[in-house]
Amino acid sequence: MTVTVKDKTELFSPQICAEIDRWIAKYPAEWKQSAVMGALMIVQDDNGGWLTTELMDRVADYLDMPPIAVYEVATFYSMYELKPVGKHKICVCTNVSCMTNKSDLIVEHLEKKLGISFGEVTEDGRFSMKEVECLGACGGAPMMQIGKQYYENLTPEIVDAILEGLE
Amino acid sequence: MVNEVCLRTLDLERPWLMEQYQSRGGYEVLKQVLSEKRAPEDIIEEVKKSGLRGRGGAGFPTGLKWSFISRNAPGQKYVVCNSDEGEPGTFKDRDILRYNPHQLIEGMILAGYAIGATRGYNYIRGEFWEPYERFEQALQEAREAGFLGDNLLGSGFDFELHTHLGGGAYICGEETALLESIEGKKGQPRYKPPFPAHFGLYGRPTIINNTESLASIPMILEKGGEWFADIGVKNSGGSKLFSISGNINNPGVFEIPMGTPFSELLEMAGGMKDGRKIKAVIPGGSSAPVIPGEQMMDLNMDYDSIAGAGSMLGSGAVIVLDDTNCMVKTLERMSYFYHEESCGQCTPCREGTGWLYRVVHRIETGQGRQEDLDLLDDVADKISGKTICALGDAAALPVQGMLRHYRDEFQYHIDHKRCMVGAG
Ligand SMILES: Cc1cc2nc3c(=O)[nH]c(=O)nc-3n(C[C@H](O)[C@H](O)[C@H](O)COP(=O)(O)O)c2cc1C
Ligand code: SF4
Ligand code: FES
Repeated sequence: MTVTVKDKTELFSPQICAEIDRWIAKYPAEWKQSAVMGALMIVQDDNGGWLTTELMDRVADYLDMPPIAVYEVATFYSMYELKPVGKHKICVCTNVSCMTNKSDLIVEHLEKKLGISFGEVTEDGRFSMKEVECLGACGGAPMMQIGKQYYENLTPEIVDAILEGLE
Repeated sequence: MVNEVCLRTLDLERPWLMEQYQSRGGYEVLKQVLSEKRAPEDIIEEVKKSGLRGRGGAGFPTGLKWSFISRNAPGQKYVVCNSDEGEPGTFKDRDILRYNPHQLIEGMILAGYAIGATRGYNYIRGEFWEPYERFEQALQEAREAGFLGDNLLGSGFDFELHTHLGGGAYICGEETALLESIEGKKGQPRYKPPFPAHFGLYGRPTIINNTESLASIPMILEKGGEWFADIGVKNSGGSKLFSISGNINNPGVFEIPMGTPFSELLEMAGGMKDGRKIKAVIPGGSSAPVIPGEQMMDLNMDYDSIAGAGSMLGSGAVIVLDDTNCMVKTLERMSYFYHEESCGQCTPCREGTGWLYRVVHRIETGQGRQEDLDLLDDVADKISGKTICALGDAAALPVQGMLRHYRDEFQYHIDHKRCMVGAG
């Protein structure tokens, strides 16, 4: 049920179009599809951190892909969210190096402080929590990622200070 | 001999800048190769001599891999860098991207020159935003300086290089899944053969190498393959970045000669935290079978020494565990990971990783049955070597290692429905 759009620039704001075009330009002309991951990330960021079906359909139109091919990508990779997330998505690593450095205490502390568990969003929509696999920063275990930023060598006190510093 | 290859700029201020890299001789060897029009075969020969083996985990000789490409075949060829860095315990490529991105760029251009490729992609895991921005900034600088683009420094050789950002999937570190991912698809590994050297990115001849492998190239060509080989030991040329983490005082990335005793690496990393006893070491990323601490203290950090102890050097990710760790719980977490990350394409891996996790989980939570130990062996056996990609083996190996060395802990869990660590 793809809507045929004559003018692709109507699909997104000029700024978003320009950002997606930068990804398209990186790949061979006949491989626009390569830009799908970049495009989904841009569109997701612009939509408060998650993707709707409508947005995925627009990405499909923009890149001349069948919608199903876009859904496949969006569901395969863990960084795409198909449900609303908090304004600040808190991703806590619980893999071995973090686990042995007490990531469970960080998780407990966040759960108590925010009143949510992994996969949930606070009522005010400010925070959500997600369990993630090794983020390649085990030297700073325990660690977490909020938005684009890594936070390492965490203690409950440091977590408090970080959350207070967020808008 | 510390930090002399990939981390050679680390002691400088803002080491990621072009001017800092050049102050250490960066891009000189590229200029030389281009101006002298050095024979590509000669470059590949030098890399072979260096004894460099792939730093992504499999340890395949880099020079040999490059020689599989038919250089003169018409049409586009590609150089792809694997900066997906997803193997639990590994965090070294992040430091190359953050602190010495130009050396990786120079290495990729040289690789392109050697195999006759004019385009490259660096696949960076999606969570690595800071490293991605650093690398992009370095690309910009390199473009402005004429090291990227058409007709590099008037040599007639063109090379363009771009980044691709991942989306959070461990399997995309597997080389053919990574290629699928660049093509805008889900990251499911391809059947091999054909290998990427013949049918790679967009169906074209492609070499794919780890970040550290490619970042080692400029120094190998500057100082010679022999120089590099001599840093290390037989079968393990050069120095290597070790990411060491766990229950130690000073975790981090250390670039040291291959063959350095593990005990020295541990000392550099500040020794055991709180003076506790070393119990176990996972020497090469979480897929590498565990080695008991005492045995590890007598081993050296090179391919043969670690393989001799029944494990593997892998990506050089060393996870050190002290005597407060329960091995059942550790394995449970690892098995969960492989189950979560299986792409689901082949039955032994999709079903088998689920079995492994569920059985270890029930032992950990006191629901284990006596038959479960044999069941684990059996499931691990049924996965090994029977899958499209090596994730299946990566899931089975840690199980086999844990049961080999810590079977008594699993038995205790089954018998007493609780953990023997801290049970006094
Ligand atoms: C499941 C799986 C995950 C992998 N993850 C990575 C990775 O994150 N980084 C990497 O360089 N190689 C990874 N590899 C190895 C690659 O498939 C490939 O061997 C490597 O990138 C080749 O480069 P090298 O020869 O320079 O090591 C992985 C392999 C498998 C099976
Ligand atoms: S072994 Fe596992 S991860 Fe690899 S292709 Fe098969 S199902 Fe996918
Ligand atoms: S285990 Fe947490 S970042 Fe690697």
